[in-house]
Amino acid sequence: MNRTKGDEEEYWNSSKFKAFTFDDEDDELSQLKESKRAVNSLRDFVDDDDDDDLERVSWSGEPVGRRTRPGSFQSLSDALSDTPAKSYAPELGRPKGEYRDYSNDWSPSDTVRRLRKGKVCSLERFRSLQDKLQLLEEAVSMHDGNVITAVLIFLKKTLSKEILFRELEVRQVALRHLIHFLKEIGDQKLLLDLFRFLDRTEELALSHYREHLNIQDPDKRKEFLKTCIGLPFSAEDSAHIQDHYTLLERQIIIEANDRHLESAGQTEIFRKHPRKASILNMPLVTTLFYSCFYHYTEAEGTFSSPVNLKKTFKIPDKQYVLTALAARAKLRAWHDVDALFTTKNWLGYTKKRAPIGFHRVVEILHKNSAPVQILQEYVNLVEDVDTKLNLATKFKCHDVVIDTYRDLKDRQQLLAYRSKVDKGSAEEEKIDAILNSSQIRWKN
Amino acid sequence: MAAHLSYGRVNLNVLREAVRRELREFLDKCAGSKAIVWDEYLTGPFGLIAQYSLLKEHEVEKMFTLKGSRLPAADVKNIIFFVRPRLELMDIIAENVLSEDRRGPARDFHILFVPRRSLLCEQRLKDLGVLGSFIHREEYSLDLIPFDGDLLSMESEGAFKECYLESDQTSLYHAAKGLMTLQALYGTIPQIFGKGECARQVANMMIRMKREFTGSQNSIFPVFDNLLLLDRNVDLLTPLATQLTYEGLIDEIYGIQNSYVKLPPEKFAPKKQGDGAKDLPTEAKKLQLNSAEELYAEIRDKNFNAVGSVLSKKAKVISAAFEERHNAKTVGEIKQFVSQLPHMQAARGSLANHTSIAELIKDVTTSEDFFDKLTVEQEFMSGIDTDKVNSYIEDCIAQKHPLIKVLRLVCLQSVCNSGLRQKVLDYYKREILQTYGYEHILTLHNLEKAGLLKPQTGGRNNYPTIRKTLRLWMDDVNEQNPTDISYVYSGYAPLSVRLAQLLSRPGWRSIEEVLRILPGPHFEERQPLPTGLQKKRQPGENRVTLIFFLGGVTFAEIAALRFLSQLEDGGTEYVIATTKLMNGASWIESLMEKPF
Repeated sequence: MNRTKGDEEEYWNSSKFKAFTFDDEDDELSQLKESKRAVNSLRDFVDDDDDDDLERVSWSGEPVGRRTRPGSFQSLSDALSDTPAKSYAPELGRPKGEYRDYSNDWSPSDTVRRLRKGKVCSLERFRSLQDKLQLLEEAVSMHDGNVITAVLIFLKKTLSKEILFRELEVRQVALRHLIHFLKEIGDQKLLLDLFRFLDRTEELALSHYREHLNIQDPDKRKEFLKTCIGLPFSAEDSAHIQDHYTLLERQIIIEANDRHLESAGQTEIFRKHPRKASILNMPLVTTLFYSCFYHYTEAEGTFSSPVNLKKTFKIPDKQYVLTALAARAKLRAWHDVDALFTTKNWLGYTKKRAPIGFHRVVEILHKNSAPVQILQEYVNLVEDVDTKLNLATKFKCHDVVIDTYRDLKDRQQLLAYRSKVDKGSAEEEKIDAILNSSQIRWKN
Repeated sequence: MAAHLSYGRVNLNVLREAVRRELREFLDKCAGSKAIVWDEYLTGPFGLIAQYSLLKEHEVEKMFTLKGSRLPAADVKNIIFFVRPRLELMDIIAENVLSEDRRGPARDFHILFVPRRSLLCEQRLKDLGVLGSFIHREEYSLDLIPFDGDLLSMESEGAFKECYLESDQTSLYHAAKGLMTLQALYGTIPQIFGKGECARQVANMMIRMKREFTGSQNSIFPVFDNLLLLDRNVDLLTPLATQLTYEGLIDEIYGIQNSYVKLPPEKFAPKKQGDGAKDLPTEAKKLQLNSAEELYAEIRDKNFNAVGSVLSKKAKVISAAFEERHNAKTVGEIKQFVSQLPHMQAARGSLANHTSIAELIKDVTTSEDFFDKLTVEQEFMSGIDTDKVNSYIEDCIAQKHPLIKVLRLVCLQSVCNSGLRQKVLDYYKREILQTYGYEHILTLHNLEKAGLLKPQTGGRNNYPTIRKTLRLWMDDVNEQNPTDISYVYSGYAPLSVRLAQLLSRPGWRSIEEVLRILPGPHFEERQPLPTGLQKKRQPGENRVTLIFFLGGVTFAEIAALRFLSQLEDGGTEYVIATTKLMNGASWIESLMEKPF
């Protein structure tokens, strides 16, 4: 881990989890004093405004959210207005400290039994390693996670890391509880040490990588991701982690640049189509879409160009074409769409080709409300006749439907289709002309 | 109050009464007026065991949800926090307590941990300097909550993840505790069967707990004949498939939470003439779904395709009943008609609601995408093309369908192929990470660890053997008048329920080979009963089996078990318990990695 000291400190200080210690020395009394002290010192800082922003609960099985309707508290307000002033019986509650036990000679098994019943027992008396381990074994044999964790906290506090790890390695149940507990309290450092000790390298790597989710600042997140590269992930994952870092690095550059362009107001595309959100932390395909939308014509040399992204992340043709198509169709840049599927052979002849299949092209164009003339052109390129007819019918590409039935010499279908087009329309005329043609040998 | 809980073979109202009593006892310990501060998550489950009126009788005057900073003003003597034992909640409680205004009237603080006190949490409160502020710190063992006459749930969201990912036994311990409570109320269960690692653990805990309680002999005549403990990871397949029963589909599409569902309000608008569109309600329509509603009890476990005809038959019966008023001539006849009116009106309201819900569901089930998805699922489950990249899944990713939907399908394919070929797995992973974000590496790892998504090892696919032996795929399925449990998935018979069915007849010995393929040990334990408590079954009397799903159960599985209970010659009636009522989506979601 190459994290700089400053970063690390910042991380730990900003982390909401505090180090966890099991200080058994202070008794209830000193605690009470402590909390009183805390309260008194706080009083000066807490201002007096009555922000009543705690939500109330309606008793219909779920809490009333922020958007509460008046009427929701009916039962509650009833309860309040109906309740006459009462004189209260003297406090019958059990005294504080009910659960405290002062006896000092409980055996490990008694102690665990008492802990399990929710009584606070001092564990400090168990000084020898043997006693401590016996305590742990008793707890494990009870299966009560609560007690196991309590004993682990005590061991964690009183044993050196090396001994703790060594002993837990041969006690798998307790070990799993410790891992779970460390995750819960967010003691990432000890957790990583533990994985390292156990030689569970992939878990170590994943657990470290996981931390990036909690880092909001993009630059810090990027730096953190850098520390993940080279950790012992599987070969497949290593490549993904590397890509994750590279992607965020790119996004930071693109974001800074585009924010500037947008606020300068000189670039047409940003004026016409203001960005809805920042590109930071978006998935790769979304980034590619963004780049195809705002930076389509850029040369391969720039970080924000689609071609550059395609090369850097080895985006497969299919994925690239799909994304570019969606972006250009959204901008209604039909020329670009056309170019996307036009290939030239060495003689200079052009041919239309779509790695994703033209049926998909049509669906995407339709989703972006392409005009019928455009749709028609691509529906015609669909090879399978049934698919072609389906799509043409679905998207009302009348010409394609009519021509296809004509080519199939299917008079019945053509007649049936005639009833679906508007009366007196050009389509109807076209169908009539074909039906009346003597050139065609109908198959039915 | 909750009569529907006593309709079944085992009166679960006894359990409900027991937990209510415990709640009252706790409230009475905190003498005087009180306000309850709720961990939001708990209000749903608590709503199933106590109404507000019960709390009011015990001087609960105000209720708030737990939130940071200062508690709202409430002129009460006691403030009681009802919380799950979670560290982050302790932080909030401490904030509440510390910002309490000492110049105001002193209020007493208490904590009620549900379902268990936690030393870790108390330690946290101690560190934050507030532990001493609480007079009562107690636990409320609400382990198993009665949902219906034959259904209990712990509603523990994290149970599957804890058990199968973290190997944390805490929720198993709670399950064992819950089973001990049940035995205290309904007698010792003489026979325990189980399949799976967690099942083994729970059985061990129960046996140990029983040993420790030897002081008091349980003298209650046993109500349950058997207990069947089943690990969810013995059957990872079933929850991944889309449930096709009425209740299952409501849950798949709208999500049922603590027996309530929220539905889009448009279909429920009162039909009045001249109402403009602007009068449409904007707030979700909330309905409670359980067997207390006669019509719902009748249709919830049916295949959705069989629901329409029932609804239309009911409509005819009800309108005929209303027509009866024209025949009522004498005062006596009119009186009788009027006396039936409330029941008829309730039936009509219920019918109107379910007709609307069925319409909403039909909109989904008749869509092209639903059909395509179902086709793929059924292909996988019947063993077709499970070893190559599926083009529908590819399309879903390309069109950025919800990630959970994609993961659910990929996992289904993996489970139906005993793991995916490495190339196929890598391809899916790459597509998912590039489309939805690299951070999902963590989620994919979780799925792998849980066994839901993995590479095939040893190049062997065991699924066909399991499918054939357990008859998981039935080609001729009757959705209207089912003859087999496979109707709940229109062809697929849930593995978990098949195991239960085969255990009851002819016994697991017939499927030893498959049991060895499925993960975890299978076992049988006996809990000896004193002779006086041994049951002599009458001829023709059904056995009662408590089946406990460790890690969650779906409504379709529950429907399949109810189907078995109702079979005339079935011989076994089931009461179902689980750590969580769930479906494929909520399950996958619980395994997704989120920021701390």
